[in-house]
Amino acid sequence: MTKLENRSALESYRNSLLAEQEDEKKKLLSLCSGSGCGAYGTGKVHDSLIQELAKHGLQKEVEVKLSGCHGFCEKGPILVIHPEGIFYPQIKEDHIPEIVEKTIKNGELVKSLIYKDPVTKEKITHEKDVSFYKLQQRIIFGNNGAIDPTSIEDYIAVGGYKALEKALFDMTPEEIIDQVKKSGLRGRGGGGFPTGIKWATCRRHHGARYIICNADEGDPGAYMDRSILEGNPHLVLEGMIIGAIAIGSNEGYVYVRHEYPLAVKNLAIALQRAEELGFLGKDILGSGFDLNIHISRGGGAFVCGESTALMASLEGNPGRPRAKYIHTVEKGFRNNPSNLNNVETWANVPVIIDKGADWYASIGTERSKGTKIFSLVGKVTNTGLVEVPMGTTLRTIIYDIGGGIPKKKKFKAVQTGGPSGGCIPEQFLGLGVDFDELLKVGSMMGSGGMIVMDQDTCMVDVARYFLDFLKEESCGQCNPCREGITAMLDILTDICEGNGKEGDIELLEELGMMIQKFSLCGLGTSAPNPVLTTILYFRDEYEAHIKDKKCPSGVCKPLFHYEIDEEACNGCTLCAKLCPEEAITGEKKKPHQLDLEKCIKCGICYDACKFDAILIQ
Amino acid sequence: MENKIVIDWKKIDKIIGSYKGDREALLMIMQDISDIYNYVPPEVIPVLVEKLGVKPSLVYSVATFYKTISLEPRGKYIVSVCTGTACHVRGAEKIMDALEDRLHIKESETTDDLLFTLEAVRCVGCCASGPVITVNQNTHGGLNRSSVVTIVNEYENQHVS
Repeated sequence: MTKLENRSALESYRNSLLAEQEDEKKKLLSLCSGSGCGAYGTGKVHDSLIQELAKHGLQKEVEVKLSGCHGFCEKGPILVIHPEGIFYPQIKEDHIPEIVEKTIKNGELVKSLIYKDPVTKEKITHEKDVSFYKLQQRIIFGNNGAIDPTSIEDYIAVGGYKALEKALFDMTPEEIIDQVKKSGLRGRGGGGFPTGIKWATCRRHHGARYIICNADEGDPGAYMDRSILEGNPHLVLEGMIIGAIAIGSNEGYVYVRHEYPLAVKNLAIALQRAEELGFLGKDILGSGFDLNIHISRGGGAFVCGESTALMASLEGNPGRPRAKYIHTVEKGFRNNPSNLNNVETWANVPVIIDKGADWYASIGTERSKGTKIFSLVGKVTNTGLVEVPMGTTLRTIIYDIGGGIPKKKKFKAVQTGGPSGGCIPEQFLGLGVDFDELLKVGSMMGSGGMIVMDQDTCMVDVARYFLDFLKEESCGQCNPCREGITAMLDILTDICEGNGKEGDIELLEELGMMIQKFSLCGLGTSAPNPVLTTILYFRDEYEAHIKDKKCPSGVCKPLFHYEIDEEACNGCTLCAKLCPEEAITGEKKKPHQLDLEKCIKCGICYDACKFDAILIQ
Repeated sequence: MENKIVIDWKKIDKIIGSYKGDREALLMIMQDISDIYNYVPPEVIPVLVEKLGVKPSLVYSVATFYKTISLEPRGKYIVSVCTGTACHVRGAEKIMDALEDRLHIKESETTDDLLFTLEAVRCVGCCASGPVITVNQNTHGGLNRSSVVTIVNEYENQHVS
């Protein structure tokens, strides 16, 4: 395909792609190629699918599409058969011959592979009826399952680059900014700053302006940006091009983690194809507007998600943040006006321009508009990526979409906002999630990580975990962050090892306040949040560790031991067989005994026992 | 640890050339060198200094600031245990314990035969499939103590055969 020289060339190209699809109308197998499914073996399933189809001579009639992330990563690899929308989760290569023989050739279902709802136990055949998807509103994520991320043709066919066309030919830069302002779009990286205002401010400053996409997704437990870039890179590029028109920028960067090789690969392909077709480079679609976008690979430093640190890193320096007396929209990358937005923010832009600010602003709450993608993970039945309107309650997300807590365990907390956020206890499950509500309970929405914790998660250990993370990631420039976090971590480690003292909790609170007030950048000022919220809501757990020298959740090894409940144990021998240290003995059908001298507290018996006979003491 | 690797200077020149000697690309150049040798051999540093026109202190500072760069030799297979929050609450520590037992090394160490390096990594973004490890660029999810050992054994067999 040659370069599209003008607007009508794009129109007719899109029509020809649609006509082609109409003509072919063949069966389409959409196999998720996202990283989540990849970790469960999509590669092998794909090879086997291609071989099997060839064996039956079906390679022409059936198209296999390696699509972007479908979101329901827990059940990967996911295969959806179109046009019917038949949903087969957790596919292994051995399933393929049966799928091809029965479903593809004869139109029958493979009963053993049909998805069973973990809560209702109902069998569900079609993707659209799966409860994980039913309550979602996927305006950003919706096309991921429908397109091959390496194909620009797929993106154009679903209406891609239509918004760009509108922005280039029907709107002035001011009108674009106005639409973005009216839509109420706020920065999805966590800050929640109004995007339209940021763009307008950057536009006001003179010099070679830059646009930057922050894809340095460093929050542990959050991966929506990865999935958007891997699954629909053109959506992000289209958003960036529109932003560049509005701001008046001719050069852009995507700063993406080196640890996301598939995102880097798919983005590089997308950039190349977009240049070939004339969506990037000189004289875009014959409009006279020029834009080049480059990829810069980050090196695994959490602090580089902070805008000034990211720009230092783009310049080839260590990613250390600076104080923001002068904002980056005025002096940022190479000392020039630089507009940085997160992946998901950019991905919202084409949707707003295409469907209009009023439509967009009708979704969400009063001050937080649109949808938000959450990475729902941890101790929850249906893990994966969930896109819901702003204001959806935590309970809906965790219970109705997420299917609640597995293994009949009790919910303890949900951690939001990554290392800068906090742990929210059960009494606040009715809160609607948006930029403002979660702040009121001491946490924040952040970039969208939502880690569910159950009765077996120790909140003191979680606080220690985050501080350990932040101590490693602190850039070390300012004292409060570097020394303060270390001091807090020392205290927490003591508490987890059984050496906690009276007064430790108060000292943690005092240090926390000091770090919040005096650190240089956002990493430092928010670092104490996980500690402070766990003290606020789970003080009893801290006290159990310090005063009773007990870890009620059975996580901090020096502070608990396992015991066998002789009444509950029916002598099934499973634990004795699994114990790597041979610490459990006993006769069949008789209560077993645990030798504490030999026990290494690995927890294998606790996880395996079906009769709750292993107790934490 | 004795380390004798032969540096292919043509490849190094090619990498620097592909970024047109741009000093802003220093980190990416080191990442590309790492992709070949699994670390940045210190012998390369004077060349980077010369070709990019930067100070040695900058090269060392970038190399030590970013986690993806190592100046020490690493194994053929880099086993990274994800210790992101989702993997942490699902037992990443137990996976690390099992790997330390199996490989007879501690976190951040390399086996004497230079086959495996064991590292902890902050979130690889496969949070729904936790606990997760990556071995070079392959991701393995939904692990437990025994399945992770099987995976390491497979890589070892691959190397032998």
